[in-house]
Amino acid sequence: MFVEKGAIKKRVHSGVHFMIGNYAVVEGGLAAGCNFFAGYPITPANEISERMSQRLPAVGGKFVQGEDELCSIYAVIGASLAGAKAMTATASAGFNYMQEGIGYASAVEAPCVIVDVQRCRGENFATQADVMQMRWGASGDYEIICLAPSSAQELFDYTIRAFNLAEEFRNPVIIMSETTIALIRERVEIPLPEKIPVFNRKYTNLSTEEYIPFRGREKGVPDFAPLGEGYNTLYTLNFHDERGNIDWNPEIYDKLYQRITGKIRENKDKICNTESYLMDDAKIAIIAYGSEVRPALDAIEMARNSHMKVGLLKLTTVWPVPERQIQEVAKQVKGVIAAEMNIGKYAGEIERLCAGQCRVIRATKNRGLIHSPEEIYKAIKEVWS
Amino acid sequence: MNQIENKQRRHIRKGKLPHFFCPGCGCGQVLNFFLRAVDELNLDLNKIVTIGGVGCTARIPIYLNTDSLHGVHGRTLGWATGIKMHRPDLKVVIFAGDGDLISIGGNHFIQAARRNLDVVVIMVNNFNFAMTGGQVAPTTPHDSITMTTPYGSGEYSFDACKLAITAGASYVSRWSTYKPIQTIKSIKKVLQHRGFSLIEILSQCPTNFGRYALKTDDPKKVLNWINERSISIAQSKRLTEAEKAEKFIIGEFINVEKDIFEGSTVYKERYK
Repeated sequence: MFVEKGAIKKRVHSGVHFMIGNYAVVEGGLAAGCNFFAGYPITPANEISERMSQRLPAVGGKFVQGEDELCSIYAVIGASLAGAKAMTATASAGFNYMQEGIGYASAVEAPCVIVDVQRCRGENFATQADVMQMRWGASGDYEIICLAPSSAQELFDYTIRAFNLAEEFRNPVIIMSETTIALIRERVEIPLPEKIPVFNRKYTNLSTEEYIPFRGREKGVPDFAPLGEGYNTLYTLNFHDERGNIDWNPEIYDKLYQRITGKIRENKDKICNTESYLMDDAKIAIIAYGSEVRPALDAIEMARNSHMKVGLLKLTTVWPVPERQIQEVAKQVKGVIAAEMNIGKYAGEIERLCAGQCRVIRATKNRGLIHSPEEIYKAIKEVWS
Repeated sequence: MNQIENKQRRHIRKGKLPHFFCPGCGCGQVLNFFLRAVDELNLDLNKIVTIGGVGCTARIPIYLNTDSLHGVHGRTLGWATGIKMHRPDLKVVIFAGDGDLISIGGNHFIQAARRNLDVVVIMVNNFNFAMTGGQVAPTTPHDSITMTTPYGSGEYSFDACKLAITAGASYVSRWSTYKPIQTIKSIKKVLQHRGFSLIEILSQCPTNFGRYALKTDDPKKVLNWINERSISIAQSKRLTEAEKAEKFIIGEFINVEKDIFEGSTVYKERYK
């Protein structure tokens, strides 16, 4: 779908579209107010940059093709600190390079949205092998918010949510996309602009003398000050006190990182979303995220047809871990199937939360292919018997 | 006795002095040069964003009463790109060491110059990685002893000014801490220039480069070493390439006007 004639200057293309997943990300970003994008070419994320380069300049935003992923992520952070709603997109190999920037963005609390379209090493096959890198990729202590869509529609919806969470918590937010959904073409419904919830960062109403740049306010999140207005904020990676001054004091270091990580940890209930399917009477639960939700739902249908009471807990937020929701499921069922497209990574988190409550079976697959419903059905039968 | 107050002191962040530069280091001078240029032009520091990466020079912005970004090695131009795209009204000044700018940040430097990003880059070249203890840098003269070239450097040094000109920068000059008047004049020029501008300031590092490469920890001697090797552009024209390789050519190399970078693609009505 190229932009229809006459609509190029419209930020939100309300209506029903048949759209590739990567384009849905772009439309979601624009609907959320994105006005800066920087990215470096990489398959299978290219459609995001290409469409951004067409759409963004026409609606008053700026598009930069960086010389590499490092330039791109830092341009995004620079634009964000200058007041933009900024975003970048990459795929696994490029995501490696961006870790450094994610560490900096966390430390100076710069809101930004990063899309990682996961691919297998060097090749564009299906995988979820970066799930731990989403959370632990950068050095130092930090918390990340990571959303896992499972369809083109969700790529649109979650991109909006990603921007809103980034602005609300002054934190990088990662959209964990996958080759499967990025290149799928499906129905995407774009609501009217007034029906789209958009959250804008809070700017301080204090004077330049009273303003303290890194003092936690509502939910532990500091208020922003605009650049160029005399607030003279120092955004340094090095540990800094509330005023932003570099300070080599262990007490200050501890306080800073307790707050930066605490603002995510302590607001988990607001951040973590899950969805349940057929969980009311379920004796077995599949816990899955991203495109793995799709074969899981088919497998559940097969199992229900064979009178096995199986449900699904879909993790729409992967990080922070929706601990409460997983623990509740663990108390209810006799077995959990942890389905993912890698050698078994997030399964460790699920096992930790189900320990002592129910058994956990790993349904992992890392061969560039999504699970077939039959493969997950096989795991269900194994737990059921 | 009344101490004479440096007029530029009011531009320093509260409680930040004394600074952490070694005695005799050129970074303090560069800080001074910059503030003098700002004052002589009567510029509002609130409208300048200063950026430092990692290294000794990169610490200059943390003393300045400006909006500043600091603390990641080599990525100063990435930040600057984002800031300039969203807030073209703000002046962005980068303070970077030779390592920060043309070693780890080398490609960003080439590409930002190529785009003619509207940014001022003040590169303080002290010929080595000083913050980390005096290791070889891309600017270290051939055969010099450093902490990682104990038998002499087997690498050739490279010329950041030539690189910037070739890449497409619209203002390029080289001065040294030995030439404060000319350096301040040049900083005043770039603060009013529109486009990618580089000033390379050759600077003394008595603590590391001086001790290992020049066998002296006397800042005066290191400064003299820089000055003795410095020649003007006019003088350089009379020398052969081999003779020039031993010298530092100082002066203004290029000062042209051309369109600045406003994004990789800018919307034009005719394409609708």
